Formats: sequence, structure tokens, C-alpha cells
Amino acid sequence: MSDITKQTLSELVNNIKEKKLSSSEVTQAFVDRSEKSKELNTYITEDFSNALDKAKKFDDNPKLDLKLPGIPMAVKDLFCTANVRTTAGSKILNNFVPTYESTVTQNIWNEGAILIGKLNCDEFAMGSSNETSFFGNVQNPIDKNLVPGGSSGGSSSAVAAQLTPITIGTDTGGSIRQPASFTGTVGLKPTYGSCSRYGIVAFASSLDQAGPMAQNVQDCALLQEVISSYDQKDSTSIDFKRNQYSKELTKDIKGKKIGIPKEYRVDGMPKEIDDLWQKGIEYAKDCGAEIIDISLPHTNYALPTYYIVAPAEASSNLARYDGVKYGFRADGENLIDMYEKTRSEGFGAEVQRRIMIGTYVLSSGYYDAYYLKAQKVRKLIKNDFDEAYKKVDAILTPSTPSSAFKIGEKTNDPVSMYLNDIFTVPVNLAGLPGISIPAGHDSKGYPLGLQIIGKAFDEQNILNIAYAMEEKINFKNKITDWWIK
Amino acid sequence: MSKEKSEYLINRNDNQYEVVIGLEVHAQVLSQSKLFSTSATKFGAEPNTQVSLVDAAFPGMLPVINEFCVKQAIKTGIGLKAKINKRSVFDRKNYFYADLPQGYQISQFKDPIVGEGKVILDMPDGQKEVGIERLHLEQDAGKSIHDLDPKNTFVDLNRSGVALMEIVSKPDLRSPEEVNAYIKKLRSIMRYLGTCDGNMQEGSLRADVNVSVRKKGTKDFGTRCEIKNVNSIKFMQMAIEYEANRQVDLIEDGQSVDQETRLFDTKKNETRSMRSKEDAHDYRYFPDPDLLPLEVSDEFINQLQSEIPELPDEKKKRFIDQFKLTPYEANIMVSDIETSNYFEDVVKKSDVKLATNWIIGELFAALNEKNLEITDSPISAGNLSKLINLIKDGTISGKIAKTVFEQMMEGDKDPKKIVEEKGLKQESDPKALEALIDKVIDNNRDKATEYKSGKVKLFGFFVGQVMKVSGGKANPQLVNEILKKKL
Repeated sequence: MSDITKQTLSELVNNIKEKKLSSSEVTQAFVDRSEKSKELNTYITEDFSNALDKAKKFDDNPKLDLKLPGIPMAVKDLFCTANVRTTAGSKILNNFVPTYESTVTQNIWNEGAILIGKLNCDEFAMGSSNETSFFGNVQNPIDKNLVPGGSSGGSSSAVAAQLTPITIGTDTGGSIRQPASFTGTVGLKPTYGSCSRYGIVAFASSLDQAGPMAQNVQDCALLQEVISSYDQKDSTSIDFKRNQYSKELTKDIKGKKIGIPKEYRVDGMPKEIDDLWQKGIEYAKDCGAEIIDISLPHTNYALPTYYIVAPAEASSNLARYDGVKYGFRADGENLIDMYEKTRSEGFGAEVQRRIMIGTYVLSSGYYDAYYLKAQKVRKLIKNDFDEAYKKVDAILTPSTPSSAFKIGEKTNDPVSMYLNDIFTVPVNLAGLPGISIPAGHDSKGYPLGLQIIGKAFDEQNILNIAYAMEEKINFKNKITDWWIK
Repeated sequence: MSKEKSEYLINRNDNQYEVVIGLEVHAQVLSQSKLFSTSATKFGAEPNTQVSLVDAAFPGMLPVINEFCVKQAIKTGIGLKAKINKRSVFDRKNYFYADLPQGYQISQFKDPIVGEGKVILDMPDGQKEVGIERLHLEQDAGKSIHDLDPKNTFVDLNRSGVALMEIVSKPDLRSPEEVNAYIKKLRSIMRYLGTCDGNMQEGSLRADVNVSVRKKGTKDFGTRCEIKNVNSIKFMQMAIEYEANRQVDLIEDGQSVDQETRLFDTKKNETRSMRSKEDAHDYRYFPDPDLLPLEVSDEFINQLQSEIPELPDEKKKRFIDQFKLTPYEANIMVSDIETSNYFEDVVKKSDVKLATNWIIGELFAALNEKNLEITDSPISAGNLSKLINLIKDGTISGKIAKTVFEQMMEGDKDPKKIVEEKGLKQESDPKALEALIDKVIDNNRDKATEYKSGKVKLFGFFVGQVMKVSGGKANPQLVNEILKKKL
């Protein structure tokens, strides 16, 4: 079996279960391809030799009834992994090795998967292009010097380049869906409370959510089934009945009502994106869905609201990185001096910018005008969705307002960078599930994604719609292996 | 005019100033584990041995509320006759310090778990009601130790994350004595409830003291200063006295009082400025997104209500009704739960009046002398009631009882055994006493004659002689009766 890394997760699982492939063979194949793909800079920390040892151990005593039997997997470096360095893409955690495991990764290892490494990401998940990582840019396998999106840029790149069969990312304002869209892959941001946040380096607690990234909807559903669990260690985890997402997956979406929000037709949106959206509507109709025009009137306020709420929470969440207990410490004359030097040298520019924004909006005298108002608007945005869902079962939008851009193109223009998340951010603010699926290419041949937004806890429904549309779209990612010499 | 007498006023140049005091008491919740983690809370453990990943704020760690601490706070609220808020919110109070691992303290700012309540003080001139503004739950910080090394500061995180109840009073207190009574009452209520051990030496109870002064008769409050983190009642009183006088001096000098945070220097007995209002921290409070609002049901509150024991005010009333104690005696008996339990144990099997006198008199004095708490009393309630019964039934006199009591203090011995072993039983046989008395009269013929001729004062002499000859064992009442007849 030559092209192991080209196989989907489901194929790999079947082949291992049927003993056509061993975990060692599969793991070796992904390790080999990863070794040849250093130019993509997807990994922050490789754990290849441990992975091969674990694969061998698995093969010695294979547990074939597990959902991810002996499957190698790299994960975003925002998940704490016991005894494996976890950096969050930051210098300030450059030397940090947790003694504990995040609930989401533990769920994955419990189903038989094997960690092969930690994937690059924007520093503390703050970014839309993976350019804020202390560990350097990540290349999009679609084209040289193209960003893979962010913040889960290492994850999207690694899945698209087939360095890992599947992966997990985190999504605070679009950090799974936008990079999935930029790399022609599938990414699901689950309902807030579906996946435990325990052991995930926090960016904005009320928005952060882990989710699966894969090459197709089937794999995505399987991984979601594995990672979603009620966890008492996370007080915001929700105890609801979780589906067997992959087993219950169906292409029968006949009669499903899909809403098209007019407010997502933003000014200056490229025609290509609008065309893609129209095509998406046609695909959905072809699948038997009913298309309904809807309104989400407060959409315009989502991005400014997000850029108050997320930095506010981040400014507080990142206070613990002070050089006192773990991680990077710069020498100082006294405590305050040590704090200032540690945090000035340990955090990159984007993180510092957001800490300052967050500190500002929470400050006495500004709290009411910014933070409190943003919370009120957030409620209105959620109400918009609640209203819409009285009429429809799901909502279809583009994932991003453009295709992937060049490395360096937007680094000096944070606002233009922030606009990348214009379609994804409302979903986080409302705590809803959203999935991005590849739906076409732009004139440069770069992938474009469509987003399907669901009701809270209705992951199964949007997975089904995505599954049905995926077949109609019949997307083929154009990966040329340009980086392999 | 007793009311006038007890008023605490500061006099300067014909002006009289009233002192206005409000307290923010930090009471450590009595619980096995911390407010948001499962680490132990034992006092005096080796540094950094009771610290979880949550307490040390490791990346990705999340707080999970300890239900027991919530129950403790609600019980305390019930004890303060306060409104229990069915919905409360945990906020983050953001500031940087080496012993604050998260960079924020989880506290309750806008929506505390307990609202307005009250505490009744028994002052010498009557009862006084002190309003409670609120009670909220919050995390304690760790401890910075600056004196172990010339250059470095050491941090002990054992206390980091321990649950505290901050109990905020209204500015209803008017003197150091009232502050003393308030703290003691609060402590007593919480000890009755088992929600805080009130141990000030171990830092389980400490307070920020807000002090302002105003001319007597005026209604508006003066500018207040907050004296931070005072950890004994004595220091609170000293700090208030110093601070009130300082403020009066400023006003009399034509200056104004600046709103500021001050520290009490226990060595110099003075307060000094820590930071001005302008330098006050901006804590950037906001709801903690890691925690959902805390919601409790009526059933939950009712269940806790049903677990509330009889509290000092109710117990005092019952002691007065049931045992006919004076309010003074009742106050002493209910002042802490152990004393009241001891008292009730003693009076279960013995005379109330005698028991009250013996506990307030002999027992407290003896315990004081040995610096013991009532829980460490060498004399058990059971044996004290036996002693009292020996007095009551005339087996021994009150005087002999004191001797027996002293021996009981050396170790919890049965008083009956002591009386038997030492032959201290009271002589109440009239015939034996008559013989004794005859002998005494015989030996003092001259005095007997004097007595008969009208020198009645000599009666006491004869009683004394009889007691002496009997070795103190003669029943004094019988001696009186027989002597009268014989003389």
C-alpha cells in the first residue's frame, strides 16, 4: 500500500482494523512525509520517535475495537499534552512541559490514536494567518508563500499536506473554519460547551472551542464523536445527549430549511465569493433543501463586539504568564521590572496589542462604554440567530470574505486582518456550531469554503448538510507537493 | 443617663467628634478543600504542599466551584439574618502580584451570594443593631515571604485559592468597644454555624477597617480611610483610636482628610498611608467567563435553613426563659458555642443557679489562670455537675467544694472519690456536732458568759472555732442552729 498518507481517516481505520496495515506502517508513513515537509513549518514540536514506539506497542497488542486504532495524529500546540512541550506558539511558553493532558486530547488517545507532534499556530491563537507565531510562518501547501489561515494554521496546513490524517484545532473567532477554508479542508467549530476546555491554553474563555479538522466530512464527524464529552473539570461544559456523529451521518437532507442571511452580503465582497455562495445555494437545493431568505440584523456589530470581548478576556487570561511560576522569565531589578521585561520579551506584538485593547476596555470609566455594551450587543446577535432558527434549520454563508493571501500581505494592517473573521465571528459570539467545507476555487486556483451554521447542539444536522453538499460539490484539492524536493 | 456615659466621642477645642466605622471582615470558610480546587486547606502545612495545578494557575486549568463552600456561605448568610441571593456571579479582580498566580482573584463584585442582613450587639447600655451590607465568596491569595533571603522573595501558595467570606458591615459602628463586640458576635455566630473557626492567630478572621469622623450631631459622613488587613481585635481598636484622632487633628487644623488606604503599624501603634485614592488599583472587574452564574434553588436554601442550629440570640433568650439566667449571665453562657454546650451539660444534672455561679466564677477564673479554653477544661461537665450536687445535698460545704474543685483541676477526677479519699464529707450528724460544740463552749467559758451578757458579736467566734475544730467539715447551717440553742 504505497499512498498511505493519501488515505482518508476512515480508510486508514478500516485498513488497520482489517489488519491490511499496521499502526507502525501508518505512523511511519506520516512521519516520513512530515520529515520531508519541514519547509511548511507545520510542527513546533515533533514527537516522531515516541510515536513510532507507541505504534509498535499498539501493534503488539492491537485494540481494534477503538475508534482511532493506532492512528497517528498531530495536534495544535494549544492543547496541553503530558510530558510533551506545549508552547501556544509563544516564546513565553517556549520551555513549558505540562504534567497533564487536556481532556480533548485524552479523549483522542483513549480511542487509540498516537501523538506525533504539536502543530504551529498563531501566538495564543491570536491571528488569522499563523504569522504571529514565535516559531515562524507556516506555508500553505496550496502555494508557496501563501498563508494557511489562522490561528490553527499548522493544523490546516498539516491536514491539507497529509502530514496527519486528521487533527484538532481551536476556534475563538474562526480559527478552525478560516484556515480550513484557506487550505481546502473541512473544519468544525462545535457548540460552546460541547468540547471541554480543560487543558487548552485559554485565549478568550467564553468563545474558545476545540474542534476537528479533516479532509472530508465523514472524518470530521468521527473525530467530533471522539472529542466531544461532558467534563466536570470545565464548568462551562454542557451535559447534553451527544450523537454518534459518524454513525448517524446521512446525506438525506430533503426538506431541511436553509437560511441565507442578507447581511452577509457585505460591501466590497469579491464577486468570486458571491458566486461561490450562489453555487452553494444551488448545491443545497440539489440536495433537496429548501432555501429561505433570513435576516441577522446585528451582523455588522459582530466584529467590533468580538474585538472587545475577546481581548478583554485575553488580557485577564494571559496575566498568569508573569515569569514567576513557569515559562520564560527575564531578569529584572525588582518584581515590577521582571514582569515588564518578561512580558515585553515573552509576548509578540499582536498579543501585546490585544492585551492592551483588553485592558483598556475593562478599565474603570470605559467598562460600560465598551465591555458592557459589547455584552449587550452579543446578546442581540444571539437573539438574531434564535429568531432565524424559528424559520430555518441551518444557515449557509461563505466561510471567509476572500481566499488565502500571501505571507506578509496583511501583517501591517491589523484591521484588514481582523476582517477575515467577519463571517465566522458571529457564530462564536452566539455559541453555535459552524462547519466550513471546501466548495470551489478562485481564479488563482486557491480553495474557497462555505460555512454552515447550526442550532446549538445540532452538530449532527450541519454535518449531514455538509456531507450531502460535499458529494454534490465534489471538491478536489490541488496539492502539488511543491515543497518536497 | 447611662447612654450618655458610654458614647465614644473625641473632644477637641469645644468640638465633639463622633467616629463612624465600617468593617470588611475576611472570614476563612471552614472546609476541607479550596473554593475552586480540591487541594487541602490545613493550617501550618509545609510550604507549597497544598497546591493544585489550578491554584498555581497552570495553562489551561479551570476553576470548579466547591459546593460545600457555597453551602457554608449561605448558612452564614442565614445566621446573619440576611437575604440569600439565588443568583450570584463570580468576577475577576485583576492585579499583578507574585503570590497571585492567576493574575486575578476570583471574587464576587456586583452580585454577591448574600445581601443585606444584621447583627445584634449586647452593649452595656442595651442592644445595638449593626447592618450587614453583603457577604461574598472569594479566593485568598498566597503568601509572600520577604525575610528569608536578603534578595529574593519566597512564595507559599498553600493559601492560594482558599475560600474566604468577605462580610461587609454598614457604617453603623461608633466606637472601638462596638467593634470589639461586633467581631466577637460575628465570630460567635460563625462558630455556632461551623462555617469559620474564627481563629485570628491563624488568620482565619481578619478585617479591613473603614474609619471616618464627623462633628457630633451632623448627618453627613466624613471622608473615610481604609485600614487594611488588621488581624486582631486589639489592633483594630488601637488602629481606630489612632486613626480617628489623626482625622480629628487634621480637621481641627483646618486641613481635610484624604480618602486613602492605610496600614496599621503594630510596633509604632500608628496608621500610615499605603496608597492614595488616585493611586488606587483599577481592578478591571468583569464576570469570570470560566464560571457560570451561581444559581441556587429554594429547596437548596430551605435544606440549609433546616440545618441551622440554635444561634446565640435565640439561645440567650431560651437561657433566660428556661433557666432564669440574668441577661448578663446568659450573654456569657452563649458567647461561644462550647461554653453554652458545657453549661447545658452541667445543668442537665444539677442546680442551675449553683452551676451558673460555679462556671462564671470558679471555672472561668481557673481556666484563665491556666490559659485554657473551655474545650480543654480539666473538669468535665459531668464531674462539675457532680460537685454541684454534693454541695446541693449538703455532703460538702461551699468552702470544702473549693478545695475539691482545685484538686479536680489537676485532673478530671470524680469529686465523690476525692471527698471520700480525703475524708472531706461534711459533718451533719447533730449529735456529733453537739459534742463538738459542747467542747468548744467548755474551752471558752469566759467568752460564753460575755455572749450571754449581750456581746452577740461573739457568735461568729464560736462558729469559727467549731469549724476549725471540725477541720472545716461541720455543716455550717446546723452549727448555727445548735450553737444558738446551746448558748
